[in-house]
Amino acid sequence: MGNPVQTTHPAANSMGGQQAQRSLTAARQLASAGEAHQYLTFALASELYAVGILNVKEIIEYGNLTEIPMMPTFIRGVINLRGAVVPVIDLAARFGGSTSTVQRRTCIVIVEMRQDDTKQDLGIMVDAVSEVLEIPGSEIEPPPSFGAKIRADFIAGMGKVNGKFVIILDIQRVLSIDEMATLANAGLGSNSETSVI
Amino acid sequence: MEEILSVFIQEAREQLTDMEAGLMRMEQGDHDPETLNAIFRAAHTIKGGSGVVELGMIEKFTHVVENALDKLRNAEISVSSALVSVILNCCDHLNALLDLAENDMREADAETQAKGGALANELRGFLGGAVAPSAAATPAETAAAVESEGGGKTMNDCWHISVRFGRDVLRNGMDPEAILRYLLSLGEIAHITTLSDALPEPEEMAPESCYLGFEISFRSHADKAAIERVFDFVRDDCELHILPPYSKVADYLDLIAHLPEETMRLGEILVKSGALTQEELDAGLAAQQAGSAVAAQVEGGPPAPHLGKILVEQQMLQPEIVEAAVTKQKQISEKKADEARLIRVHADKLDHLIDLVGELVIAGASANLLAQKSGQTVLVETTSVLSRLVESIRDSALQLRMVQIGETFNRFNRVVRDTAKELGKEIELVITGAETELDKSVVEKIGDPLMHLVRNAMDHGLEPTAVRLAKGKPQAGRVELNAYHDSGSIVIKVVDDGAGLPKEKIRTKALEKGLISENQTLSDQEIANLIFEAGFSTAEKVTNLSGRGVGMDVVRRNIQALRGTVEVDSEENLGSRFTIRLPLTLAIIDGFLVGVEQSTFVIPLEMVVECMELQPSSEERNYLNLRGEVLPFVRLRELFEVNSDKPVRENVVVVKAGGRKVGIVVDVLQGEFQTVIKPLGAIFGHLRGIAGSTILGSGEIALILDVQALANLAAGAEERMHAADGALH
Repeated sequence: MGNPVQTTHPAANSMGGQQAQRSLTAARQLASAGEAHQYLTFALASELYAVGILNVKEIIEYGNLTEIPMMPTFIRGVINLRGAVVPVIDLAARFGGSTSTVQRRTCIVIVEMRQDDTKQDLGIMVDAVSEVLEIPGSEIEPPPSFGAKIRADFIAGMGKVNGKFVIILDIQRVLSIDEMATLANAGLGSNSETSVI
Repeated sequence: MEEILSVFIQEAREQLTDMEAGLMRMEQGDHDPETLNAIFRAAHTIKGGSGVVELGMIEKFTHVVENALDKLRNAEISVSSALVSVILNCCDHLNALLDLAENDMREADAETQAKGGALANELRGFLGGAVAPSAAATPAETAAAVESEGGGKTMNDCWHISVRFGRDVLRNGMDPEAILRYLLSLGEIAHITTLSDALPEPEEMAPESCYLGFEISFRSHADKAAIERVFDFVRDDCELHILPPYSKVADYLDLIAHLPEETMRLGEILVKSGALTQEELDAGLAAQQAGSAVAAQVEGGPPAPHLGKILVEQQMLQPEIVEAAVTKQKQISEKKADEARLIRVHADKLDHLIDLVGELVIAGASANLLAQKSGQTVLVETTSVLSRLVESIRDSALQLRMVQIGETFNRFNRVVRDTAKELGKEIELVITGAETELDKSVVEKIGDPLMHLVRNAMDHGLEPTAVRLAKGKPQAGRVELNAYHDSGSIVIKVVDDGAGLPKEKIRTKALEKGLISENQTLSDQEIANLIFEAGFSTAEKVTNLSGRGVGMDVVRRNIQALRGTVEVDSEENLGSRFTIRLPLTLAIIDGFLVGVEQSTFVIPLEMVVECMELQPSSEERNYLNLRGEVLPFVRLRELFEVNSDKPVRENVVVVKAGGRKVGIVVDVLQGEFQTVIKPLGAIFGHLRGIAGSTILGSGEIALILDVQALANLAAGAEERMHAADGALH
């Protein structure tokens, strides 16, 4: 079975506001589908989001996080995942909101990111994980051009579940390592200039 | 198929490296026939391999090279610097072809093909002049042949010929005297002893029989085959032994010890060593076969006599020589067995193993911790045994990644040779400690900085030949590469016996660039090390080798990136010595744990000079009095913006970074800890001041501080503050 989330990427990447193309992609998916598209849904600041299940490696309890100094707020720190050092991203902060507070059900979802040929595990901090859902292609709407409160290019589509919308994230965009590294560098600001000496 | 191809490419590259090394040795006057044989074998292996993987372009080209080498081997053409150059270029071309093959190109593009064609023609040019060897071969060629057969030298410059004529020589119409006279056409007889021991009593003597033998010292430029040809007519009924000039038993032994490392018959060894010719060998073999035939017939009879034994019996060889050959044969098979014990392993697998071992170390440490907390003696004992085992496993695992630095060093033979030609200098490269081992990842990254240092030494360090002679130095400049282990690190030295660093010039230049101030007094060592500062180059003219002024600071940065240091000391007119000190492995460091609030940080132990308590008096300023020295310090708490109250006691860790001392103020000191380095990943690529991370026994992550960058950060922060102040006023 192909990876449904990834097949949307080429289109998503070239997106500006080309909704037409996106809905085409969705339509194509629908046509080719009948396949099961599974998503992990989770809550974040009272909004429901979903990521393709194939990106998700595991879900762990929040804790034992080591903060990294001089980093922007959306990088919460790193955790020790069975010997590997995995950065944890605060999704709420990444979306431009305030940093999330740790609650009883706060989790870290470990997702695997592929960039070129390298794989990197990243943790995303979410308020609560809800369930794994199957959303057929026919139930996925193109993202709105505004109004979702997060950058449009972060959204792969809007899934309809029980009459409610779930924001399906384009995880490759949201967790783009290049972009985050650039932001982190900008966060260091003038520090990085002087340290070149 | 794919896999075969990649294995072929890798092996071919190794063979090419061997070829290059051999060619360089040959050019430097190594006349050991084995060197040539090794080169030939390498070419042959490449040719064979390329045939198997159906790389026609490589097979065809290698065939041309092999032809040339074969001619060299048969002494049909002689070794010359020009020829070696062409063959070296052929090696380069083969490498280029391998690059193509690696990129899945089966056929060379037009440009490469043209280049290959030109090289092949050049090679053929060398072959064209060569004629098949004959008795009338030119003296130079035969001299080469004699030399390759001779080996070591004694005072005796004569061939030694022992001949025992058979009984029937005279009956067959041959006259020994005529043969000896014919021998004279090839050279002169220095000494001749007629042996008449075989003469029977007069009563029994048959007047038609020949009983004579001769021991002849024969001075000639002819080769062995030519001399043997003299005795061709009586070959069948006389015993003939010819020893080449300059040879003695010890020489034979020596020569045999240098023979190729492949299993071959004793006889062949002797033929290759020049002690035997094919005829002698064939005779020996025939005798052995006859012997075994007899043994087969007589059941339970003695085993077939050993070839060596037969040769001795026939007085063809001294027993010592045979013994050496037999030992050699044994060594060869042992070496083969050694090779078979090597396994090629993908580097990724090793890396994965090291990762796992790292985890094991961490898990072991935490188990230990828990056991100690539980207070159960038995449990503590068991875990301590376990952790000892884990430590041994860790050490062996790291050992797996250790490779010898020799391969990296040997690359420089070629570099030095080419550069020497380009610069018109005579340069000798001396390599010692090639067997020193260090981590593979370090070896890969040390090549470039080393290259730069060696090139600099050749270009700037060594004077032109004329200047050297005027200074009374040997004509050939000397560059030494030396590696050895020294207390947990590896030291690599690049030494030249050139002009040394011009101290005054460096000082002037440094003043010009504002690197030092006028009234600063610097030791010679400190001045010399100024060359590692950015933008520093004293070369008057820029050559294409070095002198662009980007060199030395890049060298230092590269080496520092490997957590190493580089220093230079130099004496004018005696030369310079660059000393690179590197950690043995990048995967594990000895760290010093410090704590700030809840977080733990690791400072590389080799940088820590001392620790002390911070006196509360230095509350407002960021320097302290360290036994009369001003020590600036960084408050980690401020730098990392930890927003909580300071503890009552703070500590200073004095570290040495980039030649200066800096203090780092932390809350608590937690002691030494051997730690596995984990990279932080691409997201933190721009992060300054943190070199990586490590996992503590408790499972927590600690960050490893990059002390040098921290000091720079702090300096930068202060500068900015002052700049802001200045703007306000």
